Amino acid sequence: MNRHSSYWVFLVHRLSGIALALFLPVHFWALGNALRLDALLAWTQQPLVKFAEWGLVVLLAAHLGGGLRVLALEFLPWRDWQKGLTAAAAAVTFAAGLAFALAL
Amino acid sequence: MSTLAVEVWRGGAQGAFQSFEVPRYPSQTVLDVVTYIQRSLDPTLAYRFACRVGMCGSCAMTVNGVPRWTCRTHVDKVSRENKLVIGPLRNLPVIRDLVTDMREFFDKWARAKGSFGGNRTRQDELARVPPDSADRKKVDAGIECIGCGVCYSACDVVAWNPDYLGPAALNRAWTLVKDERDVAKTERLRAVAGDAGCHACHTHMSCTERCPMGLSPTAGISGLKRAVLGSALKGGL
Amino acid sequence: MSARTQTLLWIAQRASAAVLALCVIVHLFTIIYAVQGGLSAAEILGRTRGNVAWFTFYSIFVLGVAVHAPIGLRSIFIEWLGWRGRSRDGVVVAFAAVLAWMGMRAVFAVFV
Repeated sequence: MNRHSSYWVFLVHRLSGIALALFLPVHFWALGNALRLDALLAWTQQPLVKFAEWGLVVLLAAHLGGGLRVLALEFLPWRDWQKGLTAAAAAVTFAAGLAFALAL
Repeated sequence: MSTLAVEVWRGGAQGAFQSFEVPRYPSQTVLDVVTYIQRSLDPTLAYRFACRVGMCGSCAMTVNGVPRWTCRTHVDKVSRENKLVIGPLRNLPVIRDLVTDMREFFDKWARAKGSFGGNRTRQDELARVPPDSADRKKVDAGIECIGCGVCYSACDVVAWNPDYLGPAALNRAWTLVKDERDVAKTERLRAVAGDAGCHACHTHMSCTERCPMGLSPTAGISGLKRAVLGSALKGGL
Repeated sequence: MSARTQTLLWIAQRASAAVLALCVIVHLFTIIYAVQGGLSAAEILGRTRGNVAWFTFYSIFVLGVAVHAPIGLRSIFIEWLGWRGRSRDGVVVAFAAVLAWMGMRAVFAVFV
């Protein structure tokens, strides 16, 4: 089945949403243990964890980009060239991923 | 003369692809290929067509995984390495081979209240609708649907959720919601709201991508989402 | 569940999405700033403890997430798991409660 770009941006949006939904309880649990935060933060220095953090930032940005696209399609006046929204979503994801990687 | 290696679905829900060798010609359409198979190779092949000039939508089938009008699909455009895979439209029950049962497609059209509800009689004056009014332009952008089922086949949400009314039914409902002569709007918005209606659309836009008439059901469905929102806020749902 | 309730869920999803879009943009900038030069509890908690503005911001963020994520998962349960019936919506509500509780616990731990 030939897949086109709007389908892919939807799939990224949905899969990133699932990943974030699974991640958030863990994130909240870790932050809830703020008193033991230093021990936790020491653990987060490991390269694999840093890579996972970067991955999460990318997923969050991807989900944001895809979500803004949906809001634009549903609430803004219709325009014919929709692929621009997909491009914008990809740009947001890329920018956030790059910024986080540079900050690390 | 080169030949095409064509796989065609045979059977119903259970079945298999059967291979045929078909002579390849320039300017050949997929419908030409299917017709050749039925006339010269296997008369038991079942398929639908009518106008064969891209007006009726009867010849819609799945070609190399994509729903298309076969009379308007040139073999040159879709075949790679002289191969073709032809099957019935997705998301519809298969009667036999390339023929699907369209009843559910049209039942959903009715469930979406996809028919006009007026309140004038022949005694009343004709309605005057300026063609360049904002609402009429929206209607005109979606009105040319001929019910071919390509969008319904292309839609993944239809595949995932059997209750989903689908792009064609919702697009038609939209053209009626925007029709200033129609008086059945409240019931229609109620009919298209919810898990089985416009809210299940996730803007994959496969319908818009594949519609042979160049319509955008996604645009209509987005419009329905806003119309339902307006109705809900006014307590009309 | 009536079409009207399902519509309200859609409205809640989109409204929370708009709120979360702002929260996420702020959050992304904040963490990219905070993560420079390494993280330490003292540094973070020194900034956050007792900060009413950030407490409010993250409370809104958590509650927005507790509305948005479960409704999103509900569609996935229907479409990808074929989950019909009331147990599905029970799980969705339970997940919302878990997110809200754990999220507010985290907000209190970090900002109070």
